[in-house]
Amino acid sequence: MNTHDPSDRSPAARSAHEAPSPDAASVSLAVSAARRKGLSVGVATGLYGISFGALATASGLDVWQAMVLSAIMFTGGSQFAFVGVIGGGGSALGAALAAVLLGIRNTLYGLVLAPTLPRGGAKGAARSLLTIDESAAVAATAGPPAAKRAGFWAAGIAVYVFWNLFSLVGALIGQSVGDPGAWGLDAAAAAAFLGLLWPRLVSKDVVAVAVAAAFIALIATPVLPAGLPVLAAALVAVVVGLLPRRPVAGGNRVDATDEDGEQA
Amino acid sequence: MSWLWAGVIAAAVLSFAQKWIGYQVPPGVLEKPRIARVTSLLPVALLGALVATQAAADGPQLMADARLPALAVAALLLALRAPFLVVVIAAAVVAALCRALGWG
Repeated sequence: MNTHDPSDRSPAARSAHEAPSPDAASVSLAVSAARRKGLSVGVATGLYGISFGALATASGLDVWQAMVLSAIMFTGGSQFAFVGVIGGGGSALGAALAAVLLGIRNTLYGLVLAPTLPRGGAKGAARSLLTIDESAAVAATAGPPAAKRAGFWAAGIAVYVFWNLFSLVGALIGQSVGDPGAWGLDAAAAAAFLGLLWPRLVSKDVVAVAVAAAFIALIATPVLPAGLPVLAAALVAVVVGLLPRRPVAGGNRVDATDEDGEQA
Repeated sequence: MSWLWAGVIAAAVLSFAQKWIGYQVPPGVLEKPRIARVTSLLPVALLGALVATQAAADGPQLMADARLPALAVAALLLALRAPFLVVVIAAAVVAALCRALGWG
């Protein structure tokens, strides 16, 4: 994201799909930057599939069940929640419920991505399948619509391929591969999320939302079932977004509005 | 078919349906200023929460371990405008080194 043309850094260019179309050169720069970012996110996340596959078989799923989750459910948080409930002695119904509760955020991602991505047909189905934390985050930070699309598909396809590949590896060789944490992969995932968040922190308001969301997720972690803390934190965005504000010219340009309206 | 298989298939299909439904919301809804603000702040809130839980949660517990120095290095590199991949790899290396040295 730091390889963008500097002209992309203005609040107007950041403000999602309504941005006036920049010149072709900066768009193609943004597209290739988004594609690179998507690929690197995909590889880093996909490697973590080993831990899912290993945990799934350790929890009592067979290899086929683990692979149906990775191939069709394809959303890591829900998958870990599902096998976590089964491994903890829970019922299949409880496991499914935990997975579905965690998946609510994917609906929110679709809401955000809908104006940018193609509707209908095989691409529409693929778009739905590939809608996960990583692809939505790469798209959200990519700038012009063409770069959002490129980032979404690059991240979605790369995560899908590597996640399924390494889920299979993990399920087949089980625990013998060792702990992905020893390789720092858990920290890499945290850094990847931070790297995706960073370029969006353009105003005090946005920073406050991110910090409040992080805080709520942390205090909710010991008291809510896995995955729900992230969802509880999303309420921060809903509450802040719905708060009444004084009208500012160009009302739709959300990021620009934040800067103009709040830092004056 | 076992209950486990039924749960796997039902949860997988429902998870896909959840993703699909988000795209079916009429586009006009998204153009209302408040809705637009919410949808633009949602990724920020979700990413903020994911950074926090990925860095400090271990199941239902909070845990300060090698991920925290790794995240601090990542933040420093981002402030210095290092490329994304460098940031991610550096964080992994820092965490792996800390653990190899027996901390976290």
